[in-house]
Amino acid sequence: MEIYDGEFISELESIARRVRAHAVTMIYQAGSGHPGGSLSAVDILVAMYFHLMKHDPKRPDWPERDRFVLSKGHGAPALYAALAEAGYLPVAELESLRKMGSRLQGHPCMRKTPGVEMSTGSLGHGLAAGNGMALAAKLDRKLYRIFVLCGDGEMDVGETWEAAMLASHYKLDNITMFLDRNKLQLDGPTEKIMSLEPLADKWKAFGWHVIEIDGHNMKEIIQATNEARSIKGRPTAIICHTIKGKGVSFMEGSLHFHGKAPNDDEYKQAMRELGVAPE
Amino acid sequence: MTWKWESQRKQYGRALVELGKERSDIVVLDADLSSSTRTADFASAFPERFFNCGIAEQNMIDTAAGLAASGKTVFASTFAVFGTGRCYDQIRQSVAYPKLNIKIVASHAGITVGGDGASHQIIEDLALMRVLPNMSVIVPVDSNETYRVVKTIANTKDPVYVRIGRADVPTVTDEDTPYEMGKATIMRDGDDVTLIGCGIMTSKSLEAADELAKHGIDARVINLHTIKPLDEKTIVKAARETGGVVTAEEHSVMMGMGSAVAMCLVENFHVPMKRVGIPDVFGESGACTELMERYGLTMENIVEAAHDVLKRKK
Repeated sequence: MEIYDGEFISELESIARRVRAHAVTMIYQAGSGHPGGSLSAVDILVAMYFHLMKHDPKRPDWPERDRFVLSKGHGAPALYAALAEAGYLPVAELESLRKMGSRLQGHPCMRKTPGVEMSTGSLGHGLAAGNGMALAAKLDRKLYRIFVLCGDGEMDVGETWEAAMLASHYKLDNITMFLDRNKLQLDGPTEKIMSLEPLADKWKAFGWHVIEIDGHNMKEIIQATNEARSIKGRPTAIICHTIKGKGVSFMEGSLHFHGKAPNDDEYKQAMRELGVAPE
Repeated sequence: MTWKWESQRKQYGRALVELGKERSDIVVLDADLSSSTRTADFASAFPERFFNCGIAEQNMIDTAAGLAASGKTVFASTFAVFGTGRCYDQIRQSVAYPKLNIKIVASHAGITVGGDGASHQIIEDLALMRVLPNMSVIVPVDSNETYRVVKTIANTKDPVYVRIGRADVPTVTDEDTPYEMGKATIMRDGDDVTLIGCGIMTSKSLEAADELAKHGIDARVINLHTIKPLDEKTIVKAARETGGVVTAEEHSVMMGMGSAVAMCLVENFHVPMKRVGIPDVFGESGACTELMERYGLTMENIVEAAHDVLKRKK
């Protein structure tokens, strides 16, 4: 089977390395942005856009496409980098992030960027918006699926749980939520700022099928997503245990790099670690 | 004046059901108030296209956004106090900013909610909605106009906020009175002073015009049903031809229809003006008519304001 093919997995991993390098470079060039939460989400994004989703970069409005909503909108650099690698945007355009007149806003804007399904940035909105898409798919008897990537900080938001209830109430088995469980939010560790655990039990109690995986392991991401597809009558939450800043040693688990661009030296080191020449 | 008093909500429900029959892209959301907002009429006719979101207005608005992003024309309803302030961020981020095809039709606006008191009497919804880019804001004058507004906005692709009341209101338009979004209706001609009303205060303005006529004053009455986009042309023309303007609204005078008119006139044609509306205070429980008297929303308040404007004209 293709998904167990070692070469295939390592191809995804090398795309992920490029996406990480793009994301760090974009934030470095913009002088601001959120490296930590971008890097923790990269492997999920790559698995989505390069294997799991049915989509066509040449036709971003293709009605049958699967939908991906980045609820944690501050992960925009990683999303844009994945979209560029997939062919939605020229890779050269990535350097325009956060600059005046750019299609690449600091947080995703569905009216500006091809491939962006929902404008996000204010936290806690994406799951409910994904539910709306899932309801529409059911109404239209379409088979496309909806994938929403939430941050663990968004578990603080009341609306997340309102949406959790709605998805379960309307039996939305066509929506899958990835929870980027990197365990850090702006002010500190999630468990110190606002205790979230036991998270899996919470989602189960809300009627969701819950899977816990290593969010940096391509094979596990793929297997869990395929499992979600087979679950009928209820939505699936995939709790992805991740490391904030994954891939750059000094950003890993660092609060400092939640929302700060690297300086010149840090940037060079980050590129060395990612095995890419600085741009 | 002998007007028929009718429910705007009933006509909203009727228009929705008709739209549901005509078009399969119409979906309706509510937040546990469907029997009050009358979206329940649509729910019984088209249960598969109606989604009750429970008492979760924020969730309702973002769910609406996902449906609209998937090609649906979405009507989302609840009480105005919950459908604007409670979910302001959702409206800003997921409706107005991405310019999605969502119509928020909110009932029970203003102090005519009555007994429920200040917690439910939103007097700032027009302010909140009109300041949002991409958002249109409409206050239908009566039940007939509510019906026409709903049928009209269903044909637009952009966000619209529609404010209706709880109480029955005087029916001042006919079923065939033309309605055009953004084009104010001149209800009565006159050259001495202009009375501009919206919602229930348009009927009060018409009453005030009758009263002024007894004193030989010829008032022009404009029904400014669309607060945004503002019909500047009709407003400026009236100011130019009558030399004085009184606005009347069941909303805080701080940032509602009257202030929109004032801003327009200050920049285009400066005339004496007075705003009748709720002062910068919260409401309270009471009967409709009592509350309208206490908070300065009577025909007499408009007449008095007109005399003040006329005095300053000279």
